[in-house]
Amino acid sequence: MDHFPGTWGRPRNDVYGAYDPSYLQSTGPKTHTSSPAVTGTSVVGVVFNGGVVIATDNLASLTPSFLLPLRTASYGSLARFTDTKRLRVFGDQAVVGFGGDVSDMQYIDRLLESIDIRENYSSHGNTLNAKNLHTYLAKVFYKRRSEFNPLWNHVLVAGFDSAGKPFLSSADLLGTTFSAPHLATGFGAHLAVPILRRLFPEERPVEEISQEEAVEALKQCMKVLFYRDARSTDKYSIAVITKDKIDLKEDEQLEKQSWAFAEKIKGYGRQTV
Amino acid sequence: MTSLVDHSARETVGFSFSEATAAGAKQHGFYPYTDNGGSTLGITGSDFAILAGDTRSTSGYNINSRMVPKVFKIGGDEETGEGARIMLSVVGFAADGTALKERLDAMVKMYKYKHGKPMSVAACAQRLSTILYEKRFFPYYVHAILAGLDEEGKGALYSYDPVGSYEREQCRAAGAASSLIMPFLDNQVNFKNQYIPGSGEGHALVARKPEPLPLETVKGLVRDAFTSAVERHIEVGDNLQMLIITKDGIQETFHPLKKD
Repeated sequence: MDHFPGTWGRPRNDVYGAYDPSYLQSTGPKTHTSSPAVTGTSVVGVVFNGGVVIATDNLASLTPSFLLPLRTASYGSLARFTDTKRLRVFGDQAVVGFGGDVSDMQYIDRLLESIDIRENYSSHGNTLNAKNLHTYLAKVFYKRRSEFNPLWNHVLVAGFDSAGKPFLSSADLLGTTFSAPHLATGFGAHLAVPILRRLFPEERPVEEISQEEAVEALKQCMKVLFYRDARSTDKYSIAVITKDKIDLKEDEQLEKQSWAFAEKIKGYGRQTV
Repeated sequence: MTSLVDHSARETVGFSFSEATAAGAKQHGFYPYTDNGGSTLGITGSDFAILAGDTRSTSGYNINSRMVPKVFKIGGDEETGEGARIMLSVVGFAADGTALKERLDAMVKMYKYKHGKPMSVAACAQRLSTILYEKRFFPYYVHAILAGLDEEGKGALYSYDPVGSYEREQCRAAGAASSLIMPFLDNQVNFKNQYIPGSGEGHALVARKPEPLPLETVKGLVRDAFTSAVERHIEVGDNLQMLIITKDGIQETFHPLKKD
């Protein structure tokens, strides 16, 4: 050990060569987040008679910055955290499902917690419903994108509106919002939405859809996502929001998987015919 | 001790994709806009104005939702829109559209609170222009159309570009299918390229004079314009939202469009 504390704990120069700081940005303008690092994949949600059900898997994938150019080829994705809970309960009537950057999710979670505490200390208690929460989140997202410092998330908010009707709506990093009886973010928009549209076509009134049916549909969606989304896992969280309670399960495991179809897949690897 | 790693000849990693090696120090910037598709349309008559839009919201080839209205009542009740005398349609980047609508709505309400009388459409039109121009160097990425009844009770329609240039018009189509709808409107509302039969040869032909159309005819034109646009534009469809202002107030209707 020498008398220069700045060098303590660093790899020895005589063994590993001088530290190369060139990968750290030292010149040029200050930049904000221009791509996410640790990310969660799809969020899926469905409205049923008397409530909403919402699900995410429990994986957070890491894309190291030096592999970002490869991201489109879906290489360089480390399954970094396999126990990441991406459903957050707000008050006693709303749940937020997060996709995208996990650190931004944790920041938003702290924001929501402080609001919840502030509301509960007020004389009326926390009466903010899912619709209020969605409006708030959309404004936070829009403000941050307008500052060119986005919160890299795509969220679904589930719960009830002020009239007590089941509410499901989406907000993303640009502040874009939309609502529909069933929604999915990320890969789920391609894989889960077609399943949900087949099960719950527009002609079918929401009053006809039971809680059991909606939960079963989401489980099926999570399974299909696990089959085809490389950055997903078989552990998932699911929350059923009804008037009287929020039933949140965070350690669910996909059931009745069938990989029989895999044998029939041809055209990849060695088996080219 | 000698170095364990040979720094002089650093091995380059070999990738099986040519794309990967070419990438190098790639900059990945954040682009603050997106296009949510859809189309809007406004037509005026002698004592009414119609603003219409489809209700599809898209991003890329995805349909986000089949029910996201683009036409709003301005200055009315928060929930029902009751009491509003001005209508606004926004098409382009939906988040900017919502932000713009909310700002204009707040300003129209503040005007009434401060001056004790409702804002005229002409004043609101000028105000909307300044709101857009304030963000000249980071614009609201939307094509807005404002409609209402003027001081004489005639239909008034103002169309805008994203940075606030505006003019009063008889009709205007905006958004994804504007290039499909606008020529149809030129012909059917302003009677462009229509001549009075047998009025002469060549340059002597007399053009048919445009005149304000009755409400039922205009409703028909709006529905025809959208059913045709849906046929040829993938970002337009699902439902047709129509807001009609007359001296009796604003009436809102929805009609189904093709969902493919």
